[in-house]
Amino acid sequence: MKGMTIIVKTISSWVKVLIVLFGIYVILFGHLTPGGGFAGGVFLASSYVLLMLAFGREFVQENLPLTVNIKLFCIGALLFATIAFLGFLFREPFFFNFLHQKYDFGEAFNLISAGTIPLSNIAIGLMVGAALFLVIFLLSSFRRGT
Amino acid sequence: MNIFYILLIFMIIAAIIAIETKNLLSAVICISALGFGSSLTFLFLRAPDISITQIVVDVLALVILIRATISRDLTFISGDKEFFGTVVSVVIIFVIFVMGMKVFETLPDFGTAIFTQVPEAASQTYIKNGLKDTGAANVVTSVILDYRAYDTLGEATVFFTSIIGATVLLREKARKLPEEPEL
Repeated sequence: MKGMTIIVKTISSWVKVLIVLFGIYVILFGHLTPGGGFAGGVFLASSYVLLMLAFGREFVQENLPLTVNIKLFCIGALLFATIAFLGFLFREPFFFNFLHQKYDFGEAFNLISAGTIPLSNIAIGLMVGAALFLVIFLLSSFRRGT
Repeated sequence: MNIFYILLIFMIIAAIIAIETKNLLSAVICISALGFGSSLTFLFLRAPDISITQIVVDVLALVILIRATISRDLTFISGDKEFFGTVVSVVIIFVIFVMGMKVFETLPDFGTAIFTQVPEAASQTYIKNGLKDTGAANVVTSVILDYRAYDTLGEATVFFTSIIGATVLLREKARKLPEEPEL
């Protein structure tokens, strides 16, 4: 079997859920509590790095293939750019916070508030998480002599 | 003694050990200690956003660097330093230190925010109107994703470009040696 011993595998299979949940929490509540897209994205990437160290590269390759990872990365970047360009729809400047200024739905200090800021956080979190894991996965496949 | 000075001395000692040690694994661990020290400093300076980012990136970098370090045969640095290069760098560091001391005298005390001393600073506007303008309770997020969103877009562009470049260099096809052209 590839990977580390059964103790590491068991514990990491329990802990990975908590890490992913905390990463999603940090991304979604980025406009209320400290954190945001970048930190939450690194949390998501580090959960997959933990799985890769414990179970080996092939396990992660089956769960999250490289093509899907690259697609997630590009979707995140595209989503962020789209949110930026959506301000033009209302004949307003680039990066206009149209959801808050025009419609003003949701109350302050609630989860649904702040217009486009949570959407931008989600986009950045997706991009950063996929990108960091992509680079680490590609770097880990380097062996001397190949 | 102020907590900041203890942290700063700890970070400076860690940085010096990281440069001077011959063992690569010790150097990686010292860099990680430096990162944790700077994360604690950000926390004491009341900047939890940057502190969380710093500590998470630091943990990820520590794991990757240790894995990259212990799987190599070459874990010790060998070879002497050049005399001329050392002298030049020491002189340059000394000049920058003397000029930096002049600059630091004009700054406010370490740990006190500069916008408390300048009433018409731009940050006062963000703190007063941030909740009303953007609806975000976290002022830092309202600055980086609403007031100064161009910065974040530029940052994301740099990140995207660098990751794409790294992916192109590291992909399977680029690792194989090019085949000999038939003559």
